[in-house]
Amino acid sequence: MYLGRVIGTVVCERKYQGLEGKRLLIVQPVDHRGEPSGPPEVAVDAVSARPKDLVYLVGSREAALALEPSFVPVDSAIVGLVDAVDT
Amino acid sequence: MMLCKVLGTVTATAKHPAFAGLRLMVVQPVDERQNASGTSFIAIDHTSSAGPRDLVLVLREGNGVRQVLKDKTLPIRSMIVGVVDEVAV
Repeated sequence: MYLGRVIGTVVCERKYQGLEGKRLLIVQPVDHRGEPSGPPEVAVDAVSARPKDLVYLVGSREAALALEPSFVPVDSAIVGLVDAVDT
Repeated sequence: MMLCKVLGTVTATAKHPAFAGLRLMVVQPVDERQNASGTSFIAIDHTSSAGPRDLVLVLREGNGVRQVLKDKTLPIRSMIVGVVDEVAV
């Protein structure tokens, strides 16, 4: 899992079966200091995140497991809204 | 598995139900000499005893996590599975 900052939204009218009704957000992965750590990516939202929110995401096969029903074709999912990172 | 240094904790109130009751830690991958190597990421703490500045062993593979927690549906990919006492190189 990794931290990310929501920077935008994606609207996609036609999408794969199982993705209907799922929100797509553009997320900038960040490190624990909030510094960008790689290119922005599109993630499916499982927790009602909004632009500018600090979130944490899960990638790969686990992203599909975060959605109901499982095994939709996604490889990045927002699974938590971060209140604080204490280092 | 990889060696990581625990940097701190992550607090998240609104989260996927699979994460309920699990401790979230932010960890920094390190090499065998404990120099930072790569970007920090988040892992759940299954040892329940890792704290900031600890050197830990992190599993970064979802199937292993699901076996340890005995739930085939968990969307969790990285987990602290040990607190390292010593590394000899």
